[in-house]
Amino acid sequence: MSITGHLAELARHRALLWALVGRELKGRYRGSLFGFLWTFLNPLMLLGVYALVFSVYFRIDMAHYAVFMFTGLLPWVFFSSSINEGAGAITEGGSLVTKVMFPLQVLPAVKVMANFVNYLLSLPILFAFYLFDGVGLTWCLVAFFVVAAVHILFTYSLVLLLAAANVFLRDTKHVVGNLLTLWFFLTPILYPLTQIPEGFRFLVKFNPAAVITLAYHDLFFWGRWPAWGPLAGVAGLSLVLLVVAVVVFEHYKEYFAEKI
Amino acid sequence: MSTATAIEIAGLVKRFRREMLRRDYTTWKSLLLRPFKRRTDADYLTVLDGVDLSIEPGRTVAIIGQNGSGKSTLLKILAGIYKADQGTVTVNGRVSSLIELGAGFHPEFSGRENIYLNGTILGLSKKEIAARFDEIVAYSGLGDFIEAPVRTYSSGMYVRLGFAVAVNVDPDVLLVDEVLAVGDEAFAHKCETKLNQFKAAGKTIVLVSHDLISVKKFADEVVWLDGGKVAARGEAAQVIDIYRQGVARREDEAGRAQAEARVAELAAARRWGQGEVEITGVRLLDEAGQAHAVFTSGMPMNIEMDYLMRQPVDDLVFGVAINNSAGVLCYGSNTAIDQAELGPVPPQGTVRFAVERLDLVPGTFTLDVAAHAGDGRAYDYLTQVASLSVRGGPRDEGIWRPPHSWSLRAREDKA
Repeated sequence: MSITGHLAELARHRALLWALVGRELKGRYRGSLFGFLWTFLNPLMLLGVYALVFSVYFRIDMAHYAVFMFTGLLPWVFFSSSINEGAGAITEGGSLVTKVMFPLQVLPAVKVMANFVNYLLSLPILFAFYLFDGVGLTWCLVAFFVVAAVHILFTYSLVLLLAAANVFLRDTKHVVGNLLTLWFFLTPILYPLTQIPEGFRFLVKFNPAAVITLAYHDLFFWGRWPAWGPLAGVAGLSLVLLVVAVVVFEHYKEYFAEKI
Repeated sequence: MSTATAIEIAGLVKRFRREMLRRDYTTWKSLLLRPFKRRTDADYLTVLDGVDLSIEPGRTVAIIGQNGSGKSTLLKILAGIYKADQGTVTVNGRVSSLIELGAGFHPEFSGRENIYLNGTILGLSKKEIAARFDEIVAYSGLGDFIEAPVRTYSSGMYVRLGFAVAVNVDPDVLLVDEVLAVGDEAFAHKCETKLNQFKAAGKTIVLVSHDLISVKKFADEVVWLDGGKVAARGEAAQVIDIYRQGVARREDEAGRAQAEARVAELAAARRWGQGEVEITGVRLLDEAGQAHAVFTSGMPMNIEMDYLMRQPVDDLVFGVAINNSAGVLCYGSNTAIDQAELGPVPPQGTVRFAVERLDLVPGTFTLDVAAHAGDGRAYDYLTQVASLSVRGGPRDEGIWRPPHSWSLRAREDKA
């Protein structure tokens, strides 16, 4: 199936996609005392932990550090949760894969979109912090839609590939989980770019996650337009990755049901 | 729509790779160590081996067969879940499968939420679900429970809700896998009614079931799938009969192998006696002298036992007893009771107990044989030395089926 066919099928089943995203989001906290409030409590607590460690114990000398760090951390949480959950989307799809006729790319897409919606829902908290800390926001914020679109594209392509790979090679999920930790520390999220020794700073350009994080920093924290060049590069890379991922996924999806 | 067939299957082959959990699971490690390991035929298990089948619209076709015969795989291929390795499969029209009831149900969600979720998964739009919502709830019979989380449902409630959604998809082709087997009597009745409505509405139904009685009731046509091939196809009662005979024959073969093993183990059977005369072998034979473990009610059966005299005895009686599975003695006799004229008894030989008509009601029975003295002192007594299965005939009950007939005549008494 072609790339457009793959995406068109996804678009055709958007009602299903959103129903499952709703299931994912609502189901996550259903039955707990605070319920949906956890969507806001979780990032708040995460922020508390990192703010404590990095502005009190492990001092990073930077004005408005907590806000800065939070700006990069939220999209990373979206990305890493999508990868972590998405890699197992097919293998843990259960009866939806083995017993029902189903456009299977919906499953990884659900993981990505559920985490993205979660990210969107945590933005008000981020804005509250900006307000609280007296850091101003600018019109460059509109670039969020572009950056987020590239981010989703990159994440979905990667998740699609990993979800297919994990059906045949169950080690994938575990390898990916560990690589994500490494990736997290290699990406300037907890520290500003200036912390990287100058001679190594160019490497950041080859890290899509870093390019995206810097773009979020630009449009939120620094109040300026992101660097369009590297962002376009990531977009291009994501498209190539999407083509590969769709080809692999579509080629092997007929065997998913019997492999699980 | 004027397509000639609803389902067209030609030369369908489906194989699964044998996966041995310990050795053959692909991991990065095995991939790195043996990246180009060739797969041979032995690595594959052929589940469907060249199936041809065409089903006309509006027919109800049941697929029967023993476990592992490929029924469910065939159904999953029709549902589009599995892909055919060879051959073509064409299904015309909207397909709904009752293979899994309640797919995607979230335990923490209410019945109401799950109806929407499950309905969407099965391909209904939100509007369609809303339009059928009341009907679905009424059909499921859940009442107020529709607002309770599904995790609090009993398994029967769960299945009822799943079924209620699935049958409201309004398909052209309905695939049913053993759904009739779940739920209580009332639910089974509802299923029946619904299936009959589908039939009346001219839908094509393919159903997989082990319940031959309901198959006989619903199906216009029955396909017997055996070892991945269509073994028989045609009118329901006929194919079911052929199937039953086939199963009986196979059981018989297995039983015979077992029986042979048993005879070899005679010494280990529960036996007692002084041992002056030893029973060295026991066989159950049909009229042609073939050893069997399964017999047809009303047909002849012979029991043969080989004996060997260790010490000469001049007072020798042979006996047999047949017990049913509840341990009830169905028949027992011996050469003394029957005053059988056996003539002079050689030091070794074979005694035959010939039954002209085995008029037992179908069931499983065990055989005891003995050689003993006239006063009952056992030389060699063996209990449960062989088991036999009796099959065939109508579904009458009890132990014994006397040759019988029914008749009716008018009575002309004055009132």
